[in-house]
Amino acid sequence: MRNKIISVICYLVLAPVIGGLLEGVDRKISARMQRRVGPPLLQPFYDVAKLLKKQIISVTNAQSFLLQSYMVFMILTGAMFFAGSDILLCMFVLSTAAMFLYFAANVTSSPYSTIGANRELIQMVSYEPAVLMACVGFYLVDGSFEISKIASSQLSSVLYLPGVFVAFVFILTIKMRKSPFDISTSHHAHQEIVKGITSEMGARNLAVFTITEWYENVFLMGVIGLFIVNENPYSIISAILVILFVYFLEILIDNTSARMKQFKMLEMGWAVALVLAGCNIWVLMLIK
Amino acid sequence: MIAVPFLICFPFLVALILMFIKNEKLQSFIAYIGAALIAAGVGALALGRIMGGMQPIRMYYSTEIADHIIFGGEIFLMLLVTFLCFKYNKKAISLLSIIPTAVIAAVEFRISTGPTDHICVDRLSMMMCLIIGVVGSLIIVYAVGYMSGYHLHHKEIENRSNYFIALLFLFMGAMFGFVLSSSLIWLYFFWECTSVCSFLLIGYTRTEEAVNNSFRALWMNLFGGTVLAFGIFYFAYYMHTLSFREFINAGVNGNVFALLPITAMAFAALTKSAQLPFSTWLLGAMVAPTPSSALLHSATMVKAGIYVLFRLAPAMSITTTGTMIAFVGGFTFLVSSLMAIAQSDAKRVLAMSTVSNLGLMVACAGIGTPETIWAGAFLMIFHAVSKSLLFLDVGATENTLHSRDIEDMHGMLYFLPMHAVFMFIGIAGMFLAPFGMLISKWAALRAAVDEKNIALLLFIIFGSATTSFYWSKWMGKLISYPHSEHSHINDITRKNETVSMAIQAVLMIALCVLFPLLSKVFVDPMLQEMFHTSGEVLSQGLLYMLVVVICFVFAVPPATYYYSRRVHTNKKLAYMGGINTGDNTGFVDSFGEEKKLWMSNYYFANRVGIRKIMLPCQLFAAAVLTVMFCIVLGVSL
Repeated sequence: MRNKIISVICYLVLAPVIGGLLEGVDRKISARMQRRVGPPLLQPFYDVAKLLKKQIISVTNAQSFLLQSYMVFMILTGAMFFAGSDILLCMFVLSTAAMFLYFAANVTSSPYSTIGANRELIQMVSYEPAVLMACVGFYLVDGSFEISKIASSQLSSVLYLPGVFVAFVFILTIKMRKSPFDISTSHHAHQEIVKGITSEMGARNLAVFTITEWYENVFLMGVIGLFIVNENPYSIISAILVILFVYFLEILIDNTSARMKQFKMLEMGWAVALVLAGCNIWVLMLIK
Repeated sequence: MIAVPFLICFPFLVALILMFIKNEKLQSFIAYIGAALIAAGVGALALGRIMGGMQPIRMYYSTEIADHIIFGGEIFLMLLVTFLCFKYNKKAISLLSIIPTAVIAAVEFRISTGPTDHICVDRLSMMMCLIIGVVGSLIIVYAVGYMSGYHLHHKEIENRSNYFIALLFLFMGAMFGFVLSSSLIWLYFFWECTSVCSFLLIGYTRTEEAVNNSFRALWMNLFGGTVLAFGIFYFAYYMHTLSFREFINAGVNGNVFALLPITAMAFAALTKSAQLPFSTWLLGAMVAPTPSSALLHSATMVKAGIYVLFRLAPAMSITTTGTMIAFVGGFTFLVSSLMAIAQSDAKRVLAMSTVSNLGLMVACAGIGTPETIWAGAFLMIFHAVSKSLLFLDVGATENTLHSRDIEDMHGMLYFLPMHAVFMFIGIAGMFLAPFGMLISKWAALRAAVDEKNIALLLFIIFGSATTSFYWSKWMGKLISYPHSEHSHINDITRKNETVSMAIQAVLMIALCVLFPLLSKVFVDPMLQEMFHTSGEVLSQGLLYMLVVVICFVFAVPPATYYYSRRVHTNKKLAYMGGINTGDNTGFVDSFGEEKKLWMSNYYFANRVGIRKIMLPCQLFAAAVLTVMFCIVLGVSL
């Protein structure tokens, strides 16, 4: 119980720090890939600090409250995850959080924001099957949905779940809205729908959104780590290495691919979930 | 136990009285009293059962007079259907009523069967009675106000609202009879009653479309009934009993003569629950006035099929029948949720989602383990309340807006706040964590993995993704900022409609909060009664976690709402590349003319529309069912 509380507190305090650093690294590496110098590592923190100081600007008052709800549910998801509770329930709360983001973008009735919100729904439909598949895969391998049990299994789950792991890494690009799947928003405002879901988020609202993304990324990286860790405490080190590798892979993909059409994304997300994860799970069902 | 005959006979009596009353005031008075008494009767029954320790009661072993009345009723139904079929020139359909009636007559007079109990009150039928009684009487309360508003707007339709409300009562009586009967003959009679009632309700307006749709509903349901009648005949012929309990026991014990009848009954249940390939009748049922759609879709008619499948579940688990039924259910869940995406008519979305959710319940019943029945039972309870709330609210909104297109509900929170809130509660109950439906999905998913049923697993996983898509885009419409800022809309919802919906909304929230308790006190013992095994489906740890999440959901949005209201916000225009027309409702186009801004959702009708994928899916499901019958016939004969 005490360990759980400590790990939840660690998540609450450290996740924004780690998330911000990851984003800083992301920007730096992206810049180097594009032969730029890039901003300082701590630039994301400076940005958020400045955004927090500004007065709230928005189209409707309702947006702030929806975004704050989004943040709280996102944090709840992560807290549940690091407390070692039920992974399927975690993912369900995650989808509730995502719903609030959709509402926050949709509530403005601003054209760019609304179309971004609609596209975000397509993103959600694209990645959800693979996410649920991952939960089911853990359950098949370790006999429980409980994260604390999955994390203390004898062997790393990824050994049984290679297909599911690849599928999850694949949809991570969709979930993190990185190119080629930055369909609902992007980091640059010059695309055809301006900035999509974040078009109408200004000042403090944008800060809330950014911090929530940091929490989310740390949670998602935690799920990647869950594939690796086992009862041996040293496995955590390899988990961290794998996480860093996956994150680098995401940056690489982001910088080397052009945006796809939304149906292509849906088809690919579902195909990967069905073929890679589905076959993996089917085989497991047959041999277990 | 006077409540049992009261619940079955009293609605019939009220219906009979209402048939002859044209005065609107008197009509509504009788309807209110009737609904109140039925709700009280259900309450009394529940109270009596709780005081009596909830042991199953079996009664009415010798019922000669009642048997004659029921046989007379069957003949009457047959004559009525035949008459209407000839009147509207659909003569072939009458055969589907004549043949099964002859078969049932043969069972009754030609086959000697031992004495059996005719009524059985156990926890499952108790649960059904509560759902029917509570939701059904609320729908009737709503219907009284709705119908007078309906006829104000639809002057072209002859006002027969007394007949309509009488039918609603008749329907409830038949449903009570259906879930309480434990004799196959009685079961069959009430089954036919609900089929005919729904047929009459759908055809209420007598327009050409309504008549066609009502006959489609009729033949599909009667077809199921015919298969059921043959199943009963086969069982009675070989086993010499008409007891429903013996029927299930024979199936559980693996009796070879039980396999075919059980398959027949499960098949009939599929027709009643509008599973593929029989989903089209439920879509057609949308032409009827809203209360009947609500009653058909949420609380009663379609749940009759699920009820039967739950009863059969112990006998169906790990048989070919069970696997195939689960497959059809899962398949229906996925494809009808896909088709729901393409609908913008609110009632059609509700219809497709009903079919989809029923599919999940059918899949749960088909697997037939205690865990899945637990999930199915909760799906049923939550679905009944939230769907009936949604239907009634869509009906009330339609009366006010003169449209039930979801696109016209853009910004409803601003111009019809009460309806938007009711809708929001209903939709949240259907899919958002941590409400009941989601917990059921959790349990169903786990059960599918435990049973190593990969097809069902995929259906549930992909189906739940598509389900959240069509619900969330509807919710998004409700809360967005309206297209025009100064539209004033006069809400003409009557007081009784509001009261009925408010009660259901409160009930919905209460169910969400109290469902761990409900699980412990009622559903777990029910499973023990059905499967003779004990065990909790939900672990204690998960339960605590759920309570935490529920508290969050009820606390966070209101808290942040009040917090953000106090913070000063600098309001700016929405970004439109600098071409706003001064407010957020329009822009200047490339010719310099002002245009209204209009935003709409994605529907993808050319990819997942009903026209596009319904027929192939129907053919596929029909093929699966045919294979099922071939296998079962091969084993039995």
